[in-house]
Amino acid sequence: MVASEHPRANLQPLTLHVPEPKFRPGDAVDFVGVDVPPAGEARRPDTAAPAREFTDLAYTLVRVLDDDGRAVGPWDPKLSPDVLRRMLRNMALLRAFDERMFRAQRQGKTSFYMKATGEEAVSIAAAQALDFEDMCFPSYRQQGLLIARGYPLVEMMNQIYSNRGDKLQGKQLPIMYSARDYGFFSISGNLTTQYPQAVGWAMASAAKGDTRIAAVWCGEGSTAEGDFHSACTFASVYRAPVIFNVVNNQWAISSFSGFAGAEATTFAARAIGYGIAGLRVDGNDALAVYAATQWAAERARTNAGPTLIEHFTYRAEGHSTSDDPTQYRSAGEPTAWPLGDPVARLKQHLIAIGEWDEERHAAQDRELAEYVKAEQKEAEKNGILGHGLHQPLDTLFDGVFEEMPWHLREQQAQMMAEEEASGRPWARK
Amino acid sequence: MSDAMTDTGTTRMNMIQAINSALDLCMTRDPDVLVMGEDVGYFGGVFRATAGLQAKHGKTRVFDTPITETGIMGVAIGMGAYGLRPVPEIQFADYIYPALDQLVSEAARLRYRSAGEFTSPITIRSPYGGGIFGGQTHSQSPEGIFTHVSGMKTVIPATPYDAKGLLIAAIEDNDPVLFLEPKRIYNGPFNGYWDKPSENWSKHPAGDVPTGYYKVPLGKAAVVREGEALTILCYGTMVHVCTAVIAEHNIDAEIVDLRTLVPLDIETIEASVKKTGRCMIVHEATRTSGFGAELSALVQERCFYHLEAPIERVTGYDTPYPHSLEWAYFPGPVRIGQALKKIMKDA
Repeated sequence: MVASEHPRANLQPLTLHVPEPKFRPGDAVDFVGVDVPPAGEARRPDTAAPAREFTDLAYTLVRVLDDDGRAVGPWDPKLSPDVLRRMLRNMALLRAFDERMFRAQRQGKTSFYMKATGEEAVSIAAAQALDFEDMCFPSYRQQGLLIARGYPLVEMMNQIYSNRGDKLQGKQLPIMYSARDYGFFSISGNLTTQYPQAVGWAMASAAKGDTRIAAVWCGEGSTAEGDFHSACTFASVYRAPVIFNVVNNQWAISSFSGFAGAEATTFAARAIGYGIAGLRVDGNDALAVYAATQWAAERARTNAGPTLIEHFTYRAEGHSTSDDPTQYRSAGEPTAWPLGDPVARLKQHLIAIGEWDEERHAAQDRELAEYVKAEQKEAEKNGILGHGLHQPLDTLFDGVFEEMPWHLREQQAQMMAEEEASGRPWARK
Repeated sequence: MSDAMTDTGTTRMNMIQAINSALDLCMTRDPDVLVMGEDVGYFGGVFRATAGLQAKHGKTRVFDTPITETGIMGVAIGMGAYGLRPVPEIQFADYIYPALDQLVSEAARLRYRSAGEFTSPITIRSPYGGGIFGGQTHSQSPEGIFTHVSGMKTVIPATPYDAKGLLIAAIEDNDPVLFLEPKRIYNGPFNGYWDKPSENWSKHPAGDVPTGYYKVPLGKAAVVREGEALTILCYGTMVHVCTAVIAEHNIDAEIVDLRTLVPLDIETIEASVKKTGRCMIVHEATRTSGFGAELSALVQERCFYHLEAPIERVTGYDTPYPHSLEWAYFPGPVRIGQALKKIMKDA
């Protein structure tokens, strides 16, 4: 039916709003519309304050590092130079690792990789602020948590290569790590399922009178999933000792944050409806991320309940190795991003306080590149994807259940017979 | 330890009381067992299965939850990862679908995807099935959706004795178990003759339930009636309906109560069908891609040369569960009786 034939054609027609990002390929970029309040401006409430008393913090940006690299304002965590250098080193290591593994995928050594470029502070500074015993429920771009916690790079690479050294037996897509001993929960490819799981872990910790808390990450795009809202409700109801991190990197594959509701409000403001603490933080400012995490952790540890932290940042590269961002966004966006580069900003701060210099930084970058290269060489001794040094075939059936039932045993025998008949050289390995 | 630990006595229980007893015992034995769900706390559940548990075991081990099955299931997984052994209740199996992603993609896959670093030792209890005028949202039998999922077990008891023993085994199992409770037989072994008075469990031998600890192993079927004429594969409410119908028709059937659908007791099934040469499958769930299809395929693959008649499937229809026409949908005595005549035609 055309509009004019409609029986109520004298009424104003409705229109459907479909969000559209400001810039598409070829467009000149200016981010003047992004409101960046001065560093040091946001107030820092007492960690015991009720969430309703600081709802304004969901609409501003907690920032510590100013344009000159100085740490200012009430959120300055006043970290020692050693801790600052450790964070810088871990962020640089994460970037070097990403570069190397991205290249390994392009060289055909594995099927898939995801970089965290531009988002290094989000995971590295959070891990620095949490206790090692606190449990992390990451999404797919928080490999920085593992790096900050000292997980061996060679183990990460074994997983990425799905080789015979892979502790996950080649069962998971590259980068979907699991590292129980490092407080790092098994990553799922289904988005935001980890949110209620983190709440459950935190509730269990509280129910048992434990002292450990949980932290969980998702992207802004997947806050639209029902799991996110179920998790917020549960966390609010039971005052679960959990930190919700929403990494707002502006892009969910090709969908800009407007498709998750960013045109209407902030993601930190989601917290307000649930009555939980909400903070919106400059995600490219390692000190702000550290300070917000530390503040939220203290709330959780003192039974003051959960906190939702929106990390306002920018995904500087593609979603994954399977993605080409030049197809849907302006190539000028990453460099025009008004909050800068997290590694450069922390480096600038350390230099500003006289605890670092360009030469040391360049030397560290060279050292880290060599280190990653050496680890890669080690990992590749265990094989790369598709080159035969995989897990034994019959492990395909391991771990479906604790004990293998008859029907899997039967299918396993069938598979082995099939491989025997196939004449493939790697059969029966 | 409570008296129940050393208790060797028995008492009459209906299925609700047997389930309550199992939960109570498991919570007493293991401080990591935790019960949660909509209305399960102070009130004790809409079917009373958790009555008294909060008063006895405390609010941090037995509590009400927000109405989000996604959340209930996700939270249970996190608790399992922490080291607890949660027993969430989904108030009606019809409400389980919001939890599907958490159950299918997470709980059932966690052991595999983490190579055993994390597991989901979770038992999801949920009343299922019709015959209570519950309409389409309180009557469904969704077991076939879950038997299709790798990495989880599906258990369905048919008596108070089995309900208690199977539930204890399910809770102690280290993999996720969906424990579907046939709510039509909570109070008595309903035989399908809806227009006649129903019995309660007090007169049934399986209503005599040990008050102490015991397990009925998962993956083991029960031959509830031995016979020579044909094998009837069934579970839940249908065990009692089939028992009544073969008595009415005076047919010497062997009735196998599967008790666990995954992992299935294929040995008992195979031995029975090879002995009788005939196989009828009865379930209340919709027909297409129902668990009966899997049973039929397995029997055909393994017992084809022993079969003297085509395998017969008696099921609910491929419609939503109706309200006023409930007994036209329900695979009751008439439908089963007709199928019996068909399968026994050349005997």
